[in-house]
Amino acid sequence: MTTTAPNERLRKVLLIVLAVIFLGVSGKSFYDHRHLREPVVLGPGVTRVATLGEYEPSLRGTANDSQVYVLEGKEPGGTVLVFGGTHAEEPAGRLAAWLVVEHAVVDRGRLIVALSANRSASTVTRPGAAYPPTFTIPTAWGGQTFRMGDRFTSPLDQWPDPEVYIHSPSGQYLAYMDIRNLNRSFPGRANGTLTERTTFAFMALIRREKVDVAIDLHEAELQYPVISTIVTHQKGQDMATMVSMTLTDLEGFKIGTEFSPLNLHGLSHREIGDHSQAVSLLFEAPEPFLDATRGRTNADVLLTGKDEFVVQAGKKGLLFEAIDEHGWPIAKRVGRHTSSIAQTLETWSEDHPDRAVKVRDIPRYADVVARGVGAYLRNPASVAASRVAYE
Amino acid sequence: MILLQQCITFLYYGLVAWAAVLLASSFWRAKSLDREVLYLIVLVPFVLRLLQLK
Repeated sequence: MTTTAPNERLRKVLLIVLAVIFLGVSGKSFYDHRHLREPVVLGPGVTRVATLGEYEPSLRGTANDSQVYVLEGKEPGGTVLVFGGTHAEEPAGRLAAWLVVEHAVVDRGRLIVALSANRSASTVTRPGAAYPPTFTIPTAWGGQTFRMGDRFTSPLDQWPDPEVYIHSPSGQYLAYMDIRNLNRSFPGRANGTLTERTTFAFMALIRREKVDVAIDLHEAELQYPVISTIVTHQKGQDMATMVSMTLTDLEGFKIGTEFSPLNLHGLSHREIGDHSQAVSLLFEAPEPFLDATRGRTNADVLLTGKDEFVVQAGKKGLLFEAIDEHGWPIAKRVGRHTSSIAQTLETWSEDHPDRAVKVRDIPRYADVVARGVGAYLRNPASVAASRVAYE
Repeated sequence: MILLQQCITFLYYGLVAWAAVLLASSFWRAKSLDREVLYLIVLVPFVLRLLQLK
């Protein structure tokens, strides 16, 4: 042994200590993100909190045993399902569903709401994309922090991906990573992957609860042509068209209608309509944070929707939605969804009086934009613990 | 498909553990500071994966 050996050993020990500290700090960051508990105040309309595991038992105890909030009216009527968090990197969908759970009151029929359709995807961010792990919506009582997620089920919960994803039951070939994409996995299967079992649970819920309309809430990058629109199954074309015209005319924002392609499989707007009695709709709001040409990627861009590089892309005609220096703030994106939900409920109820779902107190676009999303997030400390759930 | 996934996952974690042991061993046998730092930096994500944190 040389005379330098003790120094070498001391150096190695010091390096190991440094590595353990680094491991601890980074590991804690990942652990905290995956296990962050998001409070949901059960609003006056919530009559029951179920889980997807009730509809597909194999989900029990998994990351995707997501909660399902049931808001039942005193008078019988139809049933509408609203789900956010299909893609957990599109927070306006989750937040709009959040506001519905915390505020909506159902007078007739039933509203069923899921905030984290793919809960696993909300526990991981996009590898290499520098996503912030969380974002905070300011409120009068201090602010509420939410998990920022990814488009795909966490690899910790479902892995590996195949070379090619063959969708079931259509047999259509899709990109390999879409095997972890909830919105390429409908209608799912009981003996499939975690993602497929999650969509299978949603389909079981839709059939068992006799859902009339299923609404899937999304956001899209401005370079994607399917944006600021309602994508509808052919069963819902008349309703979606009426909803988009009414919203555009009365609520101060433009929203179009697109028809679900017959041969593009795995998507909620196609498969829910094809494999159940429900009319399936998908709402898209603009989210500049998702654009590939964005600049710095942080929670500020996520919430303000301001990005000078995306604005530049717009000036060069590369976008399918307008953007200026005011961006697309989260309040506008959430407000579009809440108003679209409320208008869909109204239009459905007018057209189907025997299956009406009458709901009040859903915050509308103008109110959410004027007051901000935080004004509609309820303080969990202000209600009894029994009226608070955690996502 | 699911059984195959489970088998691959099991083998994968075994492989990650084996790679982590090799890296730790290489670290301990390394003589230069830059090599030691390199091995530790590479080792960290393997350990995070083994602990199912990332």
